[in-house]
Amino acid sequence: MENIITRYRNFTILVAVLFAQFLGLAMQVKRTTDSQSTLLIRVWAVSTVTPLEKAFVFTTHGIRNVWRNYFYLRGVRRENRELQAEISQMRLEQARLAEDAAQAHRLQALLGFKEQFISQTMPAQVIGSSGSDQSRIIYIDKGARDGLKVDIDQPLPVITDQGIIGRVLRVFHSSSQVLLVNDTSSGVGAILEKSRLQGVLKGTPSGDAVLDKVMSDEQVEPGERVLTSGGDRIFPKGLLIGYVRDVRPGADLFLRVRVRLSANLSKAEEVLVITKVDEREPTAAEARGPVRAIDILTNRLPSVPVKPPSDQPANSEKTPSAAANGGGSAPKTTAGKPAEPKTGIKPNATASVHSVPGVASEQSPALKNKVATSTSTTPRPKVKPAVSATTGATTSPAVAQGNHPDEPVKAPAPAPMVTAPAQDPPAQDLSPQNQPPQGHRR
Amino acid sequence: MAISYTSREQIEVYRFSVPVTVGVPLAALFLQAFLPRIISFFSIFDLPLLVTIFFAVARRNQVSGLLTGGVIGILQDSLAHRYVGLYGIAKTVVGYVASSLGVKLDLENPGARLMVTFGFYILHEIVYFLVARLLVREAVGFRWGHLAFAALCNAALAVILFMILDRFKRRA
Repeated sequence: MENIITRYRNFTILVAVLFAQFLGLAMQVKRTTDSQSTLLIRVWAVSTVTPLEKAFVFTTHGIRNVWRNYFYLRGVRRENRELQAEISQMRLEQARLAEDAAQAHRLQALLGFKEQFISQTMPAQVIGSSGSDQSRIIYIDKGARDGLKVDIDQPLPVITDQGIIGRVLRVFHSSSQVLLVNDTSSGVGAILEKSRLQGVLKGTPSGDAVLDKVMSDEQVEPGERVLTSGGDRIFPKGLLIGYVRDVRPGADLFLRVRVRLSANLSKAEEVLVITKVDEREPTAAEARGPVRAIDILTNRLPSVPVKPPSDQPANSEKTPSAAANGGGSAPKTTAGKPAEPKTGIKPNATASVHSVPGVASEQSPALKNKVATSTSTTPRPKVKPAVSATTGATTSPAVAQGNHPDEPVKAPAPAPMVTAPAQDPPAQDLSPQNQPPQGHRR
Repeated sequence: MAISYTSREQIEVYRFSVPVTVGVPLAALFLQAFLPRIISFFSIFDLPLLVTIFFAVARRNQVSGLLTGGVIGILQDSLAHRYVGLYGIAKTVVGYVASSLGVKLDLENPGARLMVTFGFYILHEIVYFLVARLLVREAVGFRWGHLAFAALCNAALAVILFMILDRFKRRA
C-alpha cells in the first residue's frame, strides 16, 4: 500500500486536494441552506482586491474629469443651448404630467392604494466585477462602514437613472457585492406596461434577460416597456427594466420574452442603492392636488344653509351630508376653514367649486358681487351641483355624473364640504384684505 | 510540428522568485476583475487560467502545478458569488494535467502554446460545468460555439502573455 502511494505520489496528492475541495463545496451547500454567511476567504480576497480597484478607479476618474472639465470643452456652448431648449420643452411636459399625477393620486386615495416611495438612497461607484461570465456581479465602493446592511428578507435594490441594475448580495467592510439582473441566479418581478402581463425576469447564461412565466396565448409586442411589478418585494413598483426585444414560444405553455435591459450593466459607473422604501397611502393633501386661489376663496365664503327636507322632522339637527357620512353630528365650518367630513378624505377642489353657485343665490348683493368676481376667472364645471333639488339630500359626484341613484354611496367618495352652519361666519372673513392677491387666481 | 517529444534531459525546469510567484497570480486576478469594467470584451479571457498553465508548464512539477491551480482558482471563486471551489477544482485539474504534459513535451514554441492553451481552456470549462451542474446544481450554460471562440481568444492571448512572462523565468 505504501509502495503504491509512493509510486503514485503526485496523483495521490491530486486526489487529496480535489477531495478536500469537494468536501468544502458540500459544506457550503449545507451552510447556505441554514444561513447566509460569508466565507472568511471571500472576505480576505475582496479586502485584498477592492482597495486596488478603488485606487485605480479614483485615479482614472480624476484624470478623466480634469481632462473633460478643464481642457476638452469643445462644443460645450452648443450643448448648453440645446439643453436650455430641452429644459423649456420638459417644463411644458412637466406641467401636463403634474395634472395627470394629481389625478392619479386622487384616485389612489379613493381606492386606498398603498404606494411605495423611495425615501432614502446611497450613491455608489462601481469599482470592479467578478471578471467571469459565469458570475455576473459588480463591486461598489460602499460597504458596512458606510451603513449598508445585508438583509436576506429585504435585499437592497441597486438602480441607475436608466433602469434597475441588481441587488446587494454581500456587504463587506468597505465594499459590497451586487448581483446583476442578468445573472442566472437572479429573479425580478416584472410587468409589461401596456398589456399589464406579469412575469419573472431572469438572466441567461449568455447574459441576456428573459421574461418568464408569460402564458403562450398572450399577445406581447416587441418594444413594449418592461417595469418592475413590486411582486418580488425587493424592487419598488414601476421602475424601468427595459424593452421587449423579441418573443418566441418557450417551454411548456409559456412564452420566451427576451428583454433588452435599459441600463448598460457592463458600463455602469455610478449607481444608487435604495436603502429605504416607505409604503404609505397618499395623503389627502396629495390627493387633492395643488391648492388653487379659487379654492381658498370659496372656502372663506359662508356655507350653504341646507333646508331640511319636507319629510324630515324640522328639529332634526342632522344635515344631509352628515347623514351621508354616517349620521354623526354635522361638521361645522369654522372661520375660513371647512371642517373635514368623517370619511377622512378632505373635500376636493371640485366639490368646493360646486357649492359656489348655491351660495351666491342666497347671499346679499354685495356678496354676490364678490362671488361673481371670484368665480368669473374660473370656468364653471359642467357637473351638476351636488345638492339634490328635490330632496335636499347630498349625493356624491359619482351619482351626479350619471351613476344610478340607487347605488349605495361608498364612504370614501368626496362629499360636498358645505354643511349647515350654526350661524353666519363673521364679516371680516370676506373683507378685501383677507382675499388672496389677484395674481394668484386662475 | 510545434509539439515535439523530448528526453527528460532536454527539458529545462524553471523556477520563479517569490515576488513573481505571488505577484503575477494576484495581478492576474486583479486585472480579471477590473478590466472587464473598462473593456467589456475582456470578460471572455481567463487570465488566472493562463497564469496557471504558464506556471505549471514552466515548473514541470505536478504537485506544484495542481497547488498553484487550486490556490488561484479558490481566490477567483472568492471574487465571484458562487460556491468557493468550482474554479478551484477546475484549475487544480488543469494545473496537474499541464505540468504532466510539460514533463513530456516541449511547450516553448508559440504554436505549441497556442494549441495547448486552446485544449486546456476547453478542459477547464468542461470540468467547471460538470462540477457546477452535477455537484451543486448551479445554473450554468454550455455553448460550444462560444466555448470554441473563447478558447481561441485565450490561446491567442496566451502566446503574447507567455512571451512576457518568459522574462521572469530562472533556470533551476
